[in-house]
Amino acid sequence: MSVQTTDYTASEIRSPASFVANRVFIYGALAFWAFICLFPIYWTITTSFKTAVDVTQGHLIPFVDFQPDWKGWRSLGLSPDSIFQTSTVREEFLKRFMNSVITSVGASSLAIVIGSLAAYGLTRYRYHFAWFKNEDISFFFLSQLILPPVVLALPFLVLYREVGLLDTRIGLILLYTLMVLPIVIWIMRDQFNSIPVELEEAALVDGLSIWGAFFRIVMPIALPGMVAAFILAMVLCWNEYFFAALLTSTDAKTIPVMVASQTGSQGINWWSMAALATAAIAPLAVIGIALERYLIMGMTAGAVK
Amino acid sequence: MADQTLPTNAWPANGVPADLIAPGRKRLGFALMTVATLGLLAVIALQILYKTEVTTLGFDTWRPVIYAYVLWGVALGAGQVLTRGEDGQRALFLLPALLFTIAMVVFPTLFGFYIALTDWNLSSFSGRKFNGLDNFWQMLADPYYRNALFNMVLYVLAVLVEYAIAFGLALLLNAQIRARKFFRVVFLLPLMLSPVAVSWMIGKSLMEYRFGPAATLARTLGWENPAFFSDPIIARISIMVLDAWTFIPFMMIMLLAGLQAMSREVLEAARVDGATAWQTFWQVTFPLMLPVSVTAVILRIIFKLKLADIIITVTSGGPGGATDSVSSFIYREYRDRSNVGYGTMLAMAYLVIIVVFVTWLLKFANRFVRNVN
Repeated sequence: MSVQTTDYTASEIRSPASFVANRVFIYGALAFWAFICLFPIYWTITTSFKTAVDVTQGHLIPFVDFQPDWKGWRSLGLSPDSIFQTSTVREEFLKRFMNSVITSVGASSLAIVIGSLAAYGLTRYRYHFAWFKNEDISFFFLSQLILPPVVLALPFLVLYREVGLLDTRIGLILLYTLMVLPIVIWIMRDQFNSIPVELEEAALVDGLSIWGAFFRIVMPIALPGMVAAFILAMVLCWNEYFFAALLTSTDAKTIPVMVASQTGSQGINWWSMAALATAAIAPLAVIGIALERYLIMGMTAGAVK
Repeated sequence: MADQTLPTNAWPANGVPADLIAPGRKRLGFALMTVATLGLLAVIALQILYKTEVTTLGFDTWRPVIYAYVLWGVALGAGQVLTRGEDGQRALFLLPALLFTIAMVVFPTLFGFYIALTDWNLSSFSGRKFNGLDNFWQMLADPYYRNALFNMVLYVLAVLVEYAIAFGLALLLNAQIRARKFFRVVFLLPLMLSPVAVSWMIGKSLMEYRFGPAATLARTLGWENPAFFSDPIIARISIMVLDAWTFIPFMMIMLLAGLQAMSREVLEAARVDGATAWQTFWQVTFPLMLPVSVTAVILRIIFKLKLADIIITVTSGGPGGATDSVSSFIYREYRDRSNVGYGTMLAMAYLVIIVVFVTWLLKFANRFVRNVN
């Protein structure tokens, strides 16, 4: 993502009128799409500060159209005046929030560990396991990406009941790891391929074991790729709904399940729903803005030669 | 399991080459692996006997079998290193992921194929009953399932529109503009948001019939009855729009990376030859972008085939199953009717269809890219 200087080409300078039209079109289109992307987020955040009247009359701009009020946040127990009082809703919310944090961090970490190791092995060594060669093993891992959650959901429901993992965070972590593992392997394979083998050869000559070379030489170089894979995995796990809805009920419920169960109920309070939705998307929106570079790195791994 | 890509004798490494391993160490390794395997089999056998009430000795749940499997995996790894030295150390890189995936995918999928052949309703007391292909015949006659499959075709076709928009956005971001980073972050933002939250933010409040801003806007534009989710066709389009809003950034980022990797010389050459912007795009940019485009579209289709969250939370398949995707339909088959056997048959049939379709898609895409270039 290099920063480009504005070097206008000859044809653009030749006809200033069409150049201006061109600029107007480009910035107009950019502004239009930025509006499409931001308006729903803006709408949700402002709605969490609205009263019923402001919602029904479609007021949009705070302080001009309507007087903001902590209504939505108070119903979650997160407004300034209610934050120090006990609130069952807040406890519930924080519990779900922690579940989401633990499952997504746990699953991403596990996937990064076993995924990086596998990706490293597959890029550096030749395996043959019965009639499976490296390409077959890689394909086996990547083909998991195709597997729709619905295929695994019902067998897992039955199996988890048998092993006592239903409605546990461990159960979700295992499934989420499975879900993001192909993506992690895909990204890390690309990373390790870009590191020259000569570095490890030199390390081995200097007396490091192959695992020593991996930890002391390769890992530090591949760290940005690992961060990218980790963040992408985090995003996917945080937003996962299908498995969480089927396999959790009271203990291990995550934020998306809580949000969905609120929308399902009749006569929803818009302000409290908006506050809940805002709280659910806020962590990832912050991560997305702060670590955008890594996200893009993860998503474009292997796409461009 | 592994052999060397580099000559071993060139390295004075800590790991021992296979031919130098002491026979005692080798025996120890084999003994370890044998004991572990026997132990795992014994735990499984014991548990089967206990569950079928042949013995009284056993565990309440099957969880100890998982612990036994993990221990077996550890012993297998240690045994590899003991018996095969450096080769074993290399196998250790791959083993954890391999054992994990096999345990988590292969076994449940095989088990799923078995469930698919049973009549099993979790809410009835009769329990599991093998009923052969009954579920399969029922599936063939199920109009709702066929409708869900047909919807999947429509939803997948919508990817082409998403692709066109994503390409346009990528071109915009690749143009000589100021505040490029700002626009990139903003355009990427929808991808970060959880589909469930998006369902409420857009599907349930922005597009709300009475006072959602989108409905208000539609009324001002002259659509008198802006009900986004009551007419089957409009409801499908609304679902597509919601899903597109979240996922367009995904393709956009990949296409943008492709555009930025393109060599400037080719574009310069086209301009020197007097090509207009329109010609340059169709004759130069688009063909050069084809491999990236194909990757982006295929990945997007794979994600699209899993579409469920938005439908479950916004319409729950309605009106009358019109917006159902296969996943959301099976979800409700379980949630509303606890019909595990039939639901699994539907899921397995879907898996077979997807595997055939994606295999064909990959082959077709390969040939397509080769023919054009």
